[in-house]
Amino acid sequence: MNEVQKSPFLGLWFLGVTLILLLALLPNGYFLDIAIRMAINAIIIIMLNLLIGFAGQISLGHAAFFGIGAYSSAILPAHFGWPSALALVFGALFSGVLALILARLIFRFKGHYLAMVTLGLGIIVSVILTNETAWTGGPDGMAVQDLDLLGHKLPGDRSWLGLTGFLLILCVWGTINLMESPFGRALRALHGSETAAAAAGVDLARYKMAVFALSAVPTSIMGSLTAHYVGFVTPNLAGFTHSIEMLTMVVLGGMASIYGSVLGAVLLTALPQLLATLDGWETVALGAILVITMIFLPKGIVPTLTVYLGKHSR
Amino acid sequence: MLAPFLQYLISGITVGMVYAFSALGFSLIYNASGVVNFAQGEFIMLGGMLAVFFSKAGLPFPAAAVLAIVIPTLLGMMIERLTIARAKNAEILSLIIITIGISLVLRGLTQIFMGKAVHALAPISDSRPIHLAGAVMHSQSPWVLGFTVTVMAMLWYFFRHSLSGKKILATSCNRSAAQLMGINTQWVMTFSYAMAAALGSLAGVLITPITMTSYDVGIMLGLKGFIGAVVGGMGSGMGAIAGGLIVGIAESLGAGYISSAYKDAMAFLLIFVILFLRPRGLFGAKATDRV
Repeated sequence: MNEVQKSPFLGLWFLGVTLILLLALLPNGYFLDIAIRMAINAIIIIMLNLLIGFAGQISLGHAAFFGIGAYSSAILPAHFGWPSALALVFGALFSGVLALILARLIFRFKGHYLAMVTLGLGIIVSVILTNETAWTGGPDGMAVQDLDLLGHKLPGDRSWLGLTGFLLILCVWGTINLMESPFGRALRALHGSETAAAAAGVDLARYKMAVFALSAVPTSIMGSLTAHYVGFVTPNLAGFTHSIEMLTMVVLGGMASIYGSVLGAVLLTALPQLLATLDGWETVALGAILVITMIFLPKGIVPTLTVYLGKHSR
Repeated sequence: MLAPFLQYLISGITVGMVYAFSALGFSLIYNASGVVNFAQGEFIMLGGMLAVFFSKAGLPFPAAAVLAIVIPTLLGMMIERLTIARAKNAEILSLIIITIGISLVLRGLTQIFMGKAVHALAPISDSRPIHLAGAVMHSQSPWVLGFTVTVMAMLWYFFRHSLSGKKILATSCNRSAAQLMGINTQWVMTFSYAMAAALGSLAGVLITPITMTSYDVGIMLGLKGFIGAVVGGMGSGMGAIAGGLIVGIAESLGAGYISSAYKDAMAFLLIFVILFLRPRGLFGAKATDRV
């Protein structure tokens, strides 16, 4: 957490200025679209990184929460006439409660049980979304109504970037503060040594539970926003590949690094745009990034750079 | 009443044996290094796909099958030497992520070079189904059973009576102690990956005539083998075989009596059941944590 101690809010200014520049300068829908997706992914990855980086737990089914959010926002307004804001909140609550129940079950035990349970959750959610055709439209997906905030609709892509960019800055600011709170200190202790943290009075299971739920809720909200933004949902949103993409973003940017999460999300959101025409190579590229990062940059890009720059500035 | 049950049981056991091979592969590597090897399923996929590839190239079945097992085995060794062995001081978490990356690379390359099509493979003997007390069995099923029993017997002999087998057991028991006794634990690691890959690709060759294959079957086959290993107790050989069979039978019964659409979900529900009732699995040892 070197970067945070040295210049906690410098990066925040940088993010803010970048956002304003992007809003003012981005020319067309295509680049705006990529920027919006980057902001959405960055928020998910920051929260997922709390779980992977600090609690040392892999989630291989985080896309399940994304799917729950997306489909709550698709199904509840379409089939039951719910206002979209309420559907978003419902999805978030549902994801949070589900995460708490699973966490309660798992964190009684040590080891990598979360990996397999989240994996199972991801598969079960995609199977349900694919098969309950009457509700979800099956493998073809379904259309989603526009986001409706107290009678106001977002007028265009530029306002979507404004909203998601604002949420990203809020999220970075919130997590920086969180890491300085007693909760954050406990998490960092957990990251250092579980045994030592437990000896110092940190209730491991409770903190892991809290972090898991804390990472599930924003993922669901981002799923809801994505559903409204794109206007269409398919079961792939909850699929295994999507979960692995999230994991790759965390690993590439750097575990336990907030700005690393942003960088990982930005880089890997751009990657499919570059490889869009090369079916299959995209999978190879994702895999190669995971392997190469883990062997040569096991801490990820941002923490490695921070250490390197720290050495040379002295 | 009895005939459909028998039918589900037979197909469950057949698929279950493939999961058992996969589960054994997981257990081997888990024992040697504590790593859950998420690339295990891709070896099953490679076995099936390569058998199809070499059969189509005109090779007789035995030659195609041997190549389809030897190539993934060499690949398994290479992967261990080039990636896992290089990340020596990495945390278990990092090693698991590496195996996820490897599985993506293998799947992507297969998709690029062999396409997205679903491939069929001719069964070993003639393709007429076998009738048995009202149930129908695929002509490949007895072959799967025969190979499974033979390989399991060979494995049992290997671990009980050969020096190499004992080296592996010693390493999984206590790595540093094994090293101090002069066992080359690096060799044990490479050998474990080779064995896991061989078991996986053999399973792939055996099951493809029944289930067909494509570049993306590895995810599900691997995951179910993994569940089998967990159900049986991670790291236990007997447990892996029993667990694989249980997953296969549960899936087949679930598909028959509940809903075939939710076939894939059945196996994952098993994980939740086992975590509730017996978190260490059926044959899992009671573990104590070293500080």
